[in-house]
Amino acid sequence: MPKIINVENLSKRYRIGKRKAKTTSLRDTLSGVLRSPLSLIQNDRRADEQDFWALKDVNFSVEQGEVVGIIGRNGAGKSTLLKILSRITAPTTGRIQLYGRVGSLLEVGTGFHSELSGRENIYLNGSILGMRRQEIDRKFDEMVAFAEIDKFLDTPVKHYSSGMYVRLAFAVAAHLEPEILIVDEVLAVGDSRFQKKCLGKMSDVSKEGRTILFVSHNVGAVNSLTRKCIYINDGRVVTIGNSRSVIEQYLIEMNGQKNGSAGTLDFNRRELSSNAPVRITNLWINDGADGSPLIQMGDPFTIHIQLEALTEIRDANVTVILKNSRDEKIAVLFSWDSGFFLSMQPGQQLLKAQVEGLFLAPGQYLADVGINQSTETLAYDVILDFPVFTISSDAHVTHWPDRPWGAVHCDRVSWQMVN
Amino acid sequence: MDLRRANALNSTRTSHVTSTPAAESSPSVSSLPDKPLVVIGPSKSWQPVGLRELWHHRELLYFLAWRDLKVRYKQTLLGIIWVLLQPLLMTIIFTLILGRLAKVPSDNVPYPLFAYSGLMLWTFFSGAVSVAGNSLVGSAHLITKVYFPRMIIPIASILARLVDLGVAFLILVGLMVYYHVPLTARLLLVPLFAIVLALLALGFGMWTSALNVKYRDVGIALPVLIQLWMFLSPVVYPLSFVPLQWRFIYSLNPLVGLIEGFRSVAFGGKFNWIALMISGVSTLALLLYSAYIFQKREKTFADIV
Repeated sequence: MPKIINVENLSKRYRIGKRKAKTTSLRDTLSGVLRSPLSLIQNDRRADEQDFWALKDVNFSVEQGEVVGIIGRNGAGKSTLLKILSRITAPTTGRIQLYGRVGSLLEVGTGFHSELSGRENIYLNGSILGMRRQEIDRKFDEMVAFAEIDKFLDTPVKHYSSGMYVRLAFAVAAHLEPEILIVDEVLAVGDSRFQKKCLGKMSDVSKEGRTILFVSHNVGAVNSLTRKCIYINDGRVVTIGNSRSVIEQYLIEMNGQKNGSAGTLDFNRRELSSNAPVRITNLWINDGADGSPLIQMGDPFTIHIQLEALTEIRDANVTVILKNSRDEKIAVLFSWDSGFFLSMQPGQQLLKAQVEGLFLAPGQYLADVGINQSTETLAYDVILDFPVFTISSDAHVTHWPDRPWGAVHCDRVSWQMVN
Repeated sequence: MDLRRANALNSTRTSHVTSTPAAESSPSVSSLPDKPLVVIGPSKSWQPVGLRELWHHRELLYFLAWRDLKVRYKQTLLGIIWVLLQPLLMTIIFTLILGRLAKVPSDNVPYPLFAYSGLMLWTFFSGAVSVAGNSLVGSAHLITKVYFPRMIIPIASILARLVDLGVAFLILVGLMVYYHVPLTARLLLVPLFAIVLALLALGFGMWTSALNVKYRDVGIALPVLIQLWMFLSPVVYPLSFVPLQWRFIYSLNPLVGLIEGFRSVAFGGKFNWIALMISGVSTLALLLYSAYIFQKREKTFADIV
């Protein structure tokens, strides 16, 4: 397959000083010029620490028809990369060659005007995204059907519910037909049913041979849509390769499992009492070489909880609540129910909880973990919404992106025809 | 890839198998061009004005101008009347103060008609300059999310105003009939003046809009400057009112030739060719200069707006 995107030594620098004084006042510039008249001519190279490289020496290429995911923490440079690719901002150095028309979707509903009707916004938004008028005419009915807003077509969008608004916006975007489609985190909006519909539409689009660059924090979506991934951190490409292994590496580094960074845990901690006798100092799934937060559906897994006690603890209860990315509580592990009573001397200790036979549906899972002495009193320590693992489905499960998975997977069913 | 395989398995039911990357088998894939369509590199300090690019995006230009018009009238009860109200009210005020009390001459045209024609052009020009000047800052949400030639934004904002000018001109024709001023074939030249005036507004508006992105002072200073400009232009008084020895310097204001020229087209009278030439040349020069400045700063808009 020929290359459709070729990125060479791409770097983008922001001047932090400049950025802070976003709207420089004319007075500052004038007084600066008066104080040092040469500064205008000298092109004013400032010290390096004021420079911020949002991207540094990025190289990659994408073949025609590939669907490539771009993952990385917030601030890693993903959005900057997409902005440069969409020609919104210029790189500082480097070069990109694009062998096809680019349509970018960095936001749902760019240019929507709340006073205009749905019909009018379809035309406005479509042309902002680069569609021709005839093209919009041709796809108009399809868009309206996709958005499911036909009754409200002539109502100003300010009267729309947020769901309708997003559906309409995505409907327009989904009908964009450039050779290269750049999509940023637009699936984070909308209800889950519509998200699934969008994912389905996107995978249809990729089947048509469109090249897609896809940024999302929804690792599950990236995993199911893409086979190649670029992992970016601190403006540099960390890994490019097979989506699954790249995502795995990303999740491991994100959750700081290898070197147990307690900092991320503290972000999720809710201080309930100031002098708790016990604290959770680390939390991860599985162990050792197999320390992967990506779990095959149905496989057993082990939750590791590193504890630090200041005084002696007797017969406490440990609760782990597993939640999916829609914040639904899927499973509650209550240690007293399994006959485990936490007792420990002051110091560090590792608690393991092996879980078997839990057929969670594919997706990202978060955990709330708490330790409490009785059901009536406040917990000693609570960690909320800590991302622990991602379940992926394996090959023998029939899968399509908009499959209604439910919360748990059930295939231990005896199907039988009875005359 | 487990999911891929499952996908393929699933799609066999819908009769097209996609076990290889879909692109190979899909008929909609066209072969790629030999040369890249777009090469993205660091911003150069000078580039030719992308007229082709602008032409390519003409539909967007139309839709943005259409949006500006539509939104402006959608929620107002009186709609288009607001466009006419400002020059009409000002005409009444200036007629009372300057026409009746101060007896300012009006080149043998009834003063209300004289003032309205000037105020109509002035309202368009000042409105166009100020909307264009603030247009980039006001479209930050577009600039940071989508690519298109940024010049479209100030151009579209002025186009929308041009429609208002058209409506205001119809009122002028009505007033001319009322005051028994003959309608001549010279009126056909009116669009030419409107276009040059719009280009002048664009030159000024494009330049200020580009500066305004970085220096917000420009947006604040603009209304003050525009206000001053009105009194330095023959809007409510004729050029003949200006003392002879000052007339040439006064005519360096490009609006002088345009407003006076418009009046001689509408109401008859001699053309002031020198003033017209000055207007034409300075409009062109300003337009080129501001396009250059705009183009130079264009690529940084998204970073600083």
